[in-house]
Amino acid sequence: MAAATETLDAVQSVTQSGYKWGFETTIEMDFAPKGLNEDIIRLISARKEEPEWMLEWRLKAYRAWVKMEEPHWARVDHPPIDYQELHYYAAPKKQQAGPKSLDEVDPELLKMYEKLGIPLKERAILAGVDPASFEGTQVAVDAVFDSVSVATTFQTTLRKAGVIFCPISEAVREHSDLVRQHLGTVVPTGDNFFAALNSAVFTDGSFVYIPKGVRCPMELSTYFRINARNTGQFERTLIIAAEGSHVSYLEGCTAPQRDENQLHAAVVELVALDDAQIKYSTVQNWYPGDANGKGGIYNFVTKRGACRGARSKISWTQVETGSAITWKYPSCVLHGEDSVGEFYSVAVTNNRQQADTGTKMIHIGKGSRSTIISKGISAGRSNNTYRGLVRMLPTASNARNFTQCDSLLIGDRCGAHTVPYIESRNLTAKVEHEATTSKIADDQLFYCRQRGLSEEDAVGLIVNGFCKDVLKELPMEFAVEAQKLLAVSLEGSVG
Amino acid sequence: MLEIRQLTASVGGKPILQGIDLAVPDGEVHALMGPNGSGKSTLAYVLSGRDDFEVTGGSVTFNGVDLLGMEPEQRAAAGVFLAFQAPIELPGVNNANFLRTALNAVRRAHGESELDAVQFLKMARAAARQLAMPDDMLKRNVNVGFSGGEKKRNEVLQMAILRPRLAILDETDSGLDIDALKIVADGVNALRGPAFSALVITHHQRLLDHLVPNRVHVLAHGRIVRSGGPELAKELEKSGYAGLIAEAA
Amino acid sequence: MSTGAAGFLQRYEGMIGRLPGDSALRAAAAAAFRDAGLPGGTQGRRTEAWKFTSLRPVAEAQFKPAAPRHEAETVLATLPLLDAPRVVFVDGTLRAGLSVMPATGFARFAEQPDFGTLTWPDREPMVALNTMLATDGAALQVPAGFDSGIVQLVSIAGGEADYHPRHSVSLAPGARLTLVEISAGQSSYLLNTVVEIHVADGAHLTHVRLQDEALTAFHVSTTYADVEAGGTYDSFTLNLGARLSRTEIHAQLSGAGAIVHLNAAQILAGSQHADFTTVVGHTAPGCTSRQTVKNVLSGRSRGVFQGKIAVARVAQKTDGYQMNQALLLSPDAEVDSKPELEIFADDVKCSHGATVGELDAEQMFYLRSRGIPDAEARAILVRAFLAEALDAVADETIRHRLEAAVQQWWERQEI
Repeated sequence: MAAATETLDAVQSVTQSGYKWGFETTIEMDFAPKGLNEDIIRLISARKEEPEWMLEWRLKAYRAWVKMEEPHWARVDHPPIDYQELHYYAAPKKQQAGPKSLDEVDPELLKMYEKLGIPLKERAILAGVDPASFEGTQVAVDAVFDSVSVATTFQTTLRKAGVIFCPISEAVREHSDLVRQHLGTVVPTGDNFFAALNSAVFTDGSFVYIPKGVRCPMELSTYFRINARNTGQFERTLIIAAEGSHVSYLEGCTAPQRDENQLHAAVVELVALDDAQIKYSTVQNWYPGDANGKGGIYNFVTKRGACRGARSKISWTQVETGSAITWKYPSCVLHGEDSVGEFYSVAVTNNRQQADTGTKMIHIGKGSRSTIISKGISAGRSNNTYRGLVRMLPTASNARNFTQCDSLLIGDRCGAHTVPYIESRNLTAKVEHEATTSKIADDQLFYCRQRGLSEEDAVGLIVNGFCKDVLKELPMEFAVEAQKLLAVSLEGSVG
Repeated sequence: MLEIRQLTASVGGKPILQGIDLAVPDGEVHALMGPNGSGKSTLAYVLSGRDDFEVTGGSVTFNGVDLLGMEPEQRAAAGVFLAFQAPIELPGVNNANFLRTALNAVRRAHGESELDAVQFLKMARAAARQLAMPDDMLKRNVNVGFSGGEKKRNEVLQMAILRPRLAILDETDSGLDIDALKIVADGVNALRGPAFSALVITHHQRLLDHLVPNRVHVLAHGRIVRSGGPELAKELEKSGYAGLIAEAA
Repeated sequence: MSTGAAGFLQRYEGMIGRLPGDSALRAAAAAAFRDAGLPGGTQGRRTEAWKFTSLRPVAEAQFKPAAPRHEAETVLATLPLLDAPRVVFVDGTLRAGLSVMPATGFARFAEQPDFGTLTWPDREPMVALNTMLATDGAALQVPAGFDSGIVQLVSIAGGEADYHPRHSVSLAPGARLTLVEISAGQSSYLLNTVVEIHVADGAHLTHVRLQDEALTAFHVSTTYADVEAGGTYDSFTLNLGARLSRTEIHAQLSGAGAIVHLNAAQILAGSQHADFTTVVGHTAPGCTSRQTVKNVLSGRSRGVFQGKIAVARVAQKTDGYQMNQALLLSPDAEVDSKPELEIFADDVKCSHGATVGELDAEQMFYLRSRGIPDAEARAILVRAFLAEALDAVADETIRHRLEAAVQQWWERQEI
């Protein structure tokens, strides 16, 4: 991979056009009135044609939320959010009952994916190219445009394998028992302020079920976009991997450029049974706001996986370059004996961005193992915090954790912070944590420039090297995109 | 042609180079010798444009162009290559990727087409083979986990691939065994030609046995105190710098 | 009836007018303490700084005024004292008869009350409590360029009372001092000490602490140190005693090239809880801080380490390092560790490491295969584990005393 060359192209395209993904599609929207109350929740539930239990579940979450306070322990700072000033439901006006195949998808949307720079292959898939021609390297895309899933590809191939991959709203209707059995079991409705809010008002997201022994025949991918003005996006994702199954799930996020801040509070729940493996990769480049910190997304997300079964494995990989504020701790609860949790993260902040992100590894099962690799890069006037918890419970005999947290500062007006919590109540458990903070060394920069690289290319190359241990965990398509994003996000931070 | 006139430079306010006059014509290899602290490495850094070295006077031109006004990467594009005395580690940066990026940056600056990954690898592997270096050197991270000798050989490999017009070797021979020393010398000899010149900083005659210089210069207290033919190096090997410096002072 | 925050406040109010020193400062501290209460003392009031340690047992204890005691001399005789001046406080009050006063540079808080400038009663409830109720303490001063050698600061406490000594140590430019602080006692008292330290340009303070309180006692010690250009504050804390202890050190490197070492070892058994919390503030360029903190935990004990390195924007070229290791010797022991970096300068070298685990099985096997019995093998490996922290104590005599104290502790246990 020619990182620096790619990087250069990306930098050039950005310098010319500003935030590359800042455009707005002109599809007609269907809004619920502003504000949140039980009636709005009933409206959402009715629009989604949900069963009664789902409405009750939402209302329970709402009643819990009303009593909760916004968390303030993270190192992020923002003006108060007026939750009554947001629209909690926005759907593109439907042409018919709902898209059943790609032909019915609004061409405006397909154009949007093109602009988004969705990897070529996936764009081709969205454009309706024969799936057979992508044998072996298939990616199915479930696109969430604001709140409603508009297109799901590859349904046939997936169905043949017994895999369910559909909008969660559909799953609530079509696979009610499965959803009811698992929804909220990993992230309970009252888990935290934002999770409770999401539980009350979530409008869409993905549902994945991989049956016993099935290796999902393709990478599953979802693109989230926040499009409308004043709409919070509250998607909800539930992935269940039955015994011995494998799945790799990719999530990409972008939002159009806007002046005001937009709230995004998603919940992702993963369940892995015996010998099951879930790999969840995210590349997040929501609009970060402008250089003065105006606008941008508030990304307050709860992601958690339960390794319920023996030898199950959940692996989170994230590249976070966007959002004005990121508050996100993809975690693993390692119940299963010899279960494995992994967290690989790159978080880049520039200008006035704030990120407080990390993970929790809760070790319950004997012999459970976890690995945390976190790379934080701060530039401009941004603040970047790693916050992580490793907890060894008395039952976690011979459990292991290894954590490596590295921070890189670019410029002298930013901050890099590391806040790990290590709690062990089992003497046979072993925890190792290492953290470093440094800057790009002058001699490294000079060495690269002596060989002919521009300062910006040199920084791009060194930063990509710094993040390599995380980037190599990403599926190929995403890795290339992520490398570009790193350079784009740091644009203007040197010199 | 590299032309240095009355060059003075300081580091952290301390004057190190006290008026250097030196010309290296195209096609020639010059050796620069001198005791520790005489300013040899400072000269190498000043020529390649490191910022913490402050030029306080004099001029440096390369093929008639003012070198001192250029950024390090512009000098690299103009053909100046420094083989570092202590090559820098770049964790996570693949050697081949690094070299291709550098080579393409230089090619772009010359309006030449860039090499794709396949073309580059073919060329790089051939260069590695010629220097009797294993292919895996290209796959590893730049200088990370390299032994001292490997780092020096990696510098020579980079030089072979980037094909500079002026190579400055800053004690590239130090700490090398005789086989590695030959590789360094062969690397430079392979580039020798009418459009190539080199300034070889060394402490030892033995490199110069394999890489015979056109001229030898002795640097002391920031000045060239003596210049001569290859025989000067042999003389120094026998009698040391002391007499020379005293004579010059 | 437990004393609690209300009881302390009531006592303070009863003493207003009779307490030495700045009464406005005391009143402000009382207001802060009224606001904050005892950390963890009431339901749901646990701040981040007290995340792993609750003073609920302190809040629930009943403290009575101390009765005059005479056995202090016997306790003193058991302490590993050095042949050097010593300032002895019994139940929080200077006992001249047991002391060997330093020749110069000594003042008594009871006579010349000075609350100093570094403490934050509004942020630290236990400092507020001390500021409210402090009646005695030692003020040591070393003049410029003078070496005061070793001075020992001893606390012997007893009864079911609470004591709030207020000490200060001030080194003028180029001065040197080795301060050895020893605390011990009998019964279930609360010792809540505040120490303020100033190390001026080029001065060097070695501060060694041995906390060997009664196993039924509460020990809270908060130290604030300010180190100016080229000065060194080299501190080592050995925590062996107390049912519940909290050692908190705020060290600020406020002059270029200052050096701070905050090393510690905590060795716990039974249901002991010991919390070692440090905040190292780099506010000047080119300073160095080093920390090695070791916890050895047996029984149902709980060891806590919280260490923050905060580097301000101006503190370029900071070199900060922190290592925290815990050794669990029992299935019921618990360790909590929170090493934290807060960095606002880009040209710095800061790192921390933390490990938690048990004795290495292979090493144990190796020793036993050479004929060393299990218990002895464990003792050897634990000593080796602690050595890295103890070796930081440069003065050989003092280090030997500490090693002996560890050895004695070991002999008291049945592990």
